[in-house]
Amino acid sequence: MFDQLSQRLQDVFQSIRGEARLSEGTVENALREIRMALLEADVNLKVVQAFVDRVRDRAMDQAVLKSLTPSQQVVKIVRDELLGLFGDAKGGLVETSARPRVILMLGLQGSGKTTTTGKLAKWLAKQGHHPIVVSTDVRRPAAIQQLAVVAEKAGVRVHDPAGQMDPVRRAAGALTEARAVGNDVVIVDTAGRLHIDDELMQELAAIKQAVGPSDLLYVADAMTGQDAIKSAGEFNRQIGVTGVVLSKADGDARGGAALSVVSVVGVPIAFVGSGERLEDLEPFHADRFVSRLLGMGDVLSLIERAEEAIDVGDAERLEQKIRKGGFTLEDFRDQLRTLKKMGPLESILGMLPGMGSMKQLAEQKPDERQLRRVEAIINSMTPEERRYADILDGSRRKRIARGSGTAVEDVNRLLKQFGEMQRMLKVVGQMTGEPIAAPPRKKKKSPFSLMR
Amino acid sequence: MSLFERLKQGLTRTAQQIAERFDELVTGSDAPERRTRTIDPDTLEGLEEVLLMADVGVAASRRIVEAVGARQRRGESLRQLVHDEILRVLRDADGRPMAAPPPGTPRVVLIVGVNGTGKTTTVGKLANQMKRDGLKPLICAADTFRAAAVDQLQIWADRAGVDIVRAREGADPAAVVFDALTAGRARGRDVILVDTAGRLHTRANLMQELDKIRRVAAREASGAPHDTLLVLDATVGQNALAQAREFMAVAGVTGIVLTKLDGTAKGGMAVAIAHELHLPIRYVGVGEGIDDLLPFKPAEYVDALFQEKW
Repeated sequence: MFDQLSQRLQDVFQSIRGEARLSEGTVENALREIRMALLEADVNLKVVQAFVDRVRDRAMDQAVLKSLTPSQQVVKIVRDELLGLFGDAKGGLVETSARPRVILMLGLQGSGKTTTTGKLAKWLAKQGHHPIVVSTDVRRPAAIQQLAVVAEKAGVRVHDPAGQMDPVRRAAGALTEARAVGNDVVIVDTAGRLHIDDELMQELAAIKQAVGPSDLLYVADAMTGQDAIKSAGEFNRQIGVTGVVLSKADGDARGGAALSVVSVVGVPIAFVGSGERLEDLEPFHADRFVSRLLGMGDVLSLIERAEEAIDVGDAERLEQKIRKGGFTLEDFRDQLRTLKKMGPLESILGMLPGMGSMKQLAEQKPDERQLRRVEAIINSMTPEERRYADILDGSRRKRIARGSGTAVEDVNRLLKQFGEMQRMLKVVGQMTGEPIAAPPRKKKKSPFSLMR
Repeated sequence: MSLFERLKQGLTRTAQQIAERFDELVTGSDAPERRTRTIDPDTLEGLEEVLLMADVGVAASRRIVEAVGARQRRGESLRQLVHDEILRVLRDADGRPMAAPPPGTPRVVLIVGVNGTGKTTTVGKLANQMKRDGLKPLICAADTFRAAAVDQLQIWADRAGVDIVRAREGADPAAVVFDALTAGRARGRDVILVDTAGRLHTRANLMQELDKIRRVAAREASGAPHDTLLVLDATVGQNALAQAREFMAVAGVTGIVLTKLDGTAKGGMAVAIAHELHLPIRYVGVGEGIDDLLPFKPAEYVDALFQEKW
């Protein structure tokens, strides 16, 4: 039951990969597995049935069954059809001429609207925009305060007139302030509400009326079940939705409900939230999502994250050091910090191709505490010790262990691993070193190459 | 309003969604001349569909459908058979005795769950209910992570008229729990309700933090936490199983609080959890008011589910 959709599908394909020819019976078996896997991933039953029918139609084609690589053909059909569910919509925000651009956040209670508002503000600021945020949630205790704190962390302006408890006026006030101050984006956070709560849906309509948003983003929890299309559909019918933000996608839920929302309600996914930090929001890419779903890895997202976290200058300096064999514990610590900046280890590993199918790895969860411990050990060293690890004798090691709250064995283990890494890097440095004709490529070093 | 009525009111919306399909199924199968026959495959398939739509999940749906299909009918209605089977699943999970704190020690109740399920709100409602029942609860704000979570809980505490032990944002949650236990003993409290930060069950490091809270509690009070409630959002799908399994393993969850049942979601994964993990549902949340938390009664849940239409 813990199997994810990608794992399930991989198993299915593994089972037919061995067969030279596909019989209709085998395909039928595979389809049954796909149906179960999709249902367990919370894809809506109606969507599943339609999906399976379409795949069956195409897979039962004699040309496919008799082709030399029938199982790959089926995989391709599944992939095509999954992509087909998403339509050709692109992630992110669409162009608009509206100034200021007004974004209204919608959703059920606890779907992550306030957090997403903060993340979106941060993302927009990074794109060179100047967002202002406003909370119209006068219902949930301390919701306004939460947005204020999040906005401060994101470094964006917040419209918060003390004592003003009218949601519509708060939203309109933010628009006025944006015009006066010159903010080009206004993000209006709203109270979580059930789609069957008429009174609150009317309030939402009034807010919409007052600020005239160009974007209405529905925040959907990646863990939602079969009910997802109903609630999203109602929001779309009553208020209108231009895009979906899939939140909490860093868990092990595969967001099958989101897939249903897209295909049944017909609203594209704009963003995906995948972590606790404000940086953990990225535009949605259907092809990458499907690849991840199928366990084909998501190298593109990985590279993007690495590019964001790694400073080019630092990377080049490091490359030089590696060439000369001067990789120190200090550099190692920098690498660890870079790795941490890229987000939770598990979500990074999830992007690597084939990771989903490596069961032993799935069980052995990467332990971020271990990384912290390593960092603590290095932090407890003197600068000299970090630069010249050779001088670390027994008494120094004992001191470091005490200082970092670890055992001497931990320190020893780290130093041993570091020694091995240094030796390895020396070899790599020599291999890619000087006398190569072409100038060295300015390749960004992945922290993984150093972690192995 | 009686408990049954309230639950029913919350569930009517739930019920209406799949009502027609189910009605269609049972009406055909419950016609007088067919009542003594075994249930035909088409009806069973339709039944499975209805259950899947209600988030009951593949395994539990199959169990229910198979049990119903295997029945030799002697005039019972299909409606009744399905009703009984779901009830059986829920009852099988119930009845686990709860650990009791030694006399003079407050009972420690830990509230855990993923982000946004309604933990803080549930703590507020529970505190209110316990106080109304004549207990002397103390609230511990151990969610030091989410922005303004402590303030949110403070407002609930004020509403319930229960005092609260809190720390600044970013403080070590285990330290707040320690403080609350000390304060609880000193002030002679019966129950300490610990609100924890929402965490995805896949985050090893955050789950370890939960483990630390448990260790600190166990050191300070024998047998603590005496109760660990997992708060689940009724709109959640099959991921609820993964959540429950993981929180059981790390946090020793003893029961479930099913929230947001006032929406259109059916909360069917509660049946899946009862089936696979034998974890009982203890409370249901049916609204945003402080009184909108009810003790869960399997029979009433299924009864309400089966009122008129389903």
